[in-house]
Amino acid sequence: MLDQIRGSEVGMNSSKSVELVKMTTDKRRFQVLVLMIILTLVLSLVSLCLGRYSLSLEDIIRILFSPIFPIERTWTDIMENVVLKVRLPRMIAALLVGAALSLSGATYQGIFKNPLVSPDLLGVSSGSCVGAALAILMGLGDIGIQLFALAFGLVAVFIATAIPKMMRNSSSLMLVLSGVIVSGFMISTIGLLKYIADPETQLAAITYWQLGSISSVKAEDVIAVFPAMFVAMIILIVIRWRINIISLGENEASLLGTNIKTIRGCAIICSTVLTGCAVCISGTVGWVGLIIPHMCRMIVGPDNSKVMPISVFVGASFMLVVDTLARTVTAAEVPLSVITGFIGAPLFAWLLFKQRMKLR
Amino acid sequence: MNVLMKVKNAGFSYLDGHEVFGNVNFTIEEGQIFSIIGPNGAGKSTLLNCITNLLQLNTGEIFIDGKLIKELDRKTIAKNIGYVPQTHNATYGYSVRDFVVMGRAPHISIYRMPSNEDFVKTDAAIESMGIAHLADRPYTDISGGERQQAMIARAIVQEPKIIIMDEPTSALDFGNQLKTIRMIKDLSKRGFAIIMTTHNPDHAIMLEDTVGILDRSGHLTVGPSKDTITEEMLSLVYKTDVKIEHVEKVGRNVCIAKL
Repeated sequence: MLDQIRGSEVGMNSSKSVELVKMTTDKRRFQVLVLMIILTLVLSLVSLCLGRYSLSLEDIIRILFSPIFPIERTWTDIMENVVLKVRLPRMIAALLVGAALSLSGATYQGIFKNPLVSPDLLGVSSGSCVGAALAILMGLGDIGIQLFALAFGLVAVFIATAIPKMMRNSSSLMLVLSGVIVSGFMISTIGLLKYIADPETQLAAITYWQLGSISSVKAEDVIAVFPAMFVAMIILIVIRWRINIISLGENEASLLGTNIKTIRGCAIICSTVLTGCAVCISGTVGWVGLIIPHMCRMIVGPDNSKVMPISVFVGASFMLVVDTLARTVTAAEVPLSVITGFIGAPLFAWLLFKQRMKLR
Repeated sequence: MNVLMKVKNAGFSYLDGHEVFGNVNFTIEEGQIFSIIGPNGAGKSTLLNCITNLLQLNTGEIFIDGKLIKELDRKTIAKNIGYVPQTHNATYGYSVRDFVVMGRAPHISIYRMPSNEDFVKTDAAIESMGIAHLADRPYTDISGGERQQAMIARAIVQEPKIIIMDEPTSALDFGNQLKTIRMIKDLSKRGFAIIMTTHNPDHAIMLEDTVGILDRSGHLTVGPSKDTITEEMLSLVYKTDVKIEHVEKVGRNVCIAKL
């Protein structure tokens, strides 16, 4: 229906109709974005209610607003602790991890013009995990862990993109294989580090990173990585239209007046910062960075200037649902990668079928 | 006439020392159509890559608007030269409008998105290529000829002085080839200078302007197509006995060859 309207307007062929078309598409894009923001907020509130200690929506809202507004105290200290100290940091961590992995996945898929890559498939996640594990072994603090996670993530992405260059083969398949090589190597390295690690203290910490979980996340951990994540997200959102141009290929982007090295470098660093920070909070979580960008493309079309902002909120919502399931379905915590795998793998198969993707 | 591009003593060799072309000279003026013909592997595409500064010359110089091309940044080059590739392997099915608006890139600051004005220009270019009905269709779903029209529309919104086309007729059927030749003439009337490569000497004849014949030794013979495209020249370059006849029914010279 909308397409028909747009088509007839173009047929009218006046600059006025052009603006009309632009307005309807802009409006629709805006509506989808607002819808996703509302969905994220609603899911956040619902997630705060759920758990072994069940709380009503009214309690949640009262507790959340009590520091700002004078609200009569109708709740217990335990309730307040559960909401503010346990569930709230965890909720924010889940939102950030989901948003970061999805946005970096969308960016990698755009700049490498390959819909089959993601932070985990390129080996960036496991690279960051190696960095974090090394930092733990060396007894470094939060900042050391973050920097190591970032540095090793960058090394992983560098190797993953260098291998196809060395082979002089720029097909989608080569980059995916290269990612398999890098993540395989990184996973073995994690195994080695676990072998060396002190079983009393370090081993548990490293294993925790590797499985992917935010069950013991602390507010300080989230605050520590938030600034870097926020800046990286803003930069990527600002340059999002340029990702379209880069996705046309190196020569064409240059001929369209783009300084490809600067933009691609900037995009790679920002998405690797996002992945590294996400790994710092939650360890390696698979599938999110691959499937969320695909889902977003189904909703708003392939234009990255639309896909990237939407993927932030779809990714955040998805991760929140996954983490809420992780802590509520059974009495014990389920590792996040288990749930993302069970949801992600069939979903990706369905997306591939639906898009009938032509792979080269 | 205003000289837009000047190529002086240009030469290019690969790292192993094999020379692709040498001592190439030509100038491009406003509205001029310069067709480059020559056998496969003679280096036509390499020459195009050099005059867009994707590859750097070993000898000689290229001036854009009086300035050395190697000293210009990509944005400035893109404001002077638009490029229509031979084929385009699209990974993502951007809509034709989203694809064409990317031509505005050199005019849009790095931290901005295309404005309404950019979309007005985009839709005007799409309309002038006669593909307005495809504006919202995925770029991956349209035919080769339509895709080429979209790429030309993208070059138009780039608002360059010169449009370079790499074998614009090679992937098209007979009717679409002639349509493209007509459109190239229209573009030159609109003030764009055109540099194009082609495998068909007839196209250079039909365009009635300048031709450059690149032979296997890497020498470029430049001149008006009428005087330069001769039986001797083509026979030598294509290693085939080529005849040129004036055909009254079409009112022009045609190239034909015996098998």
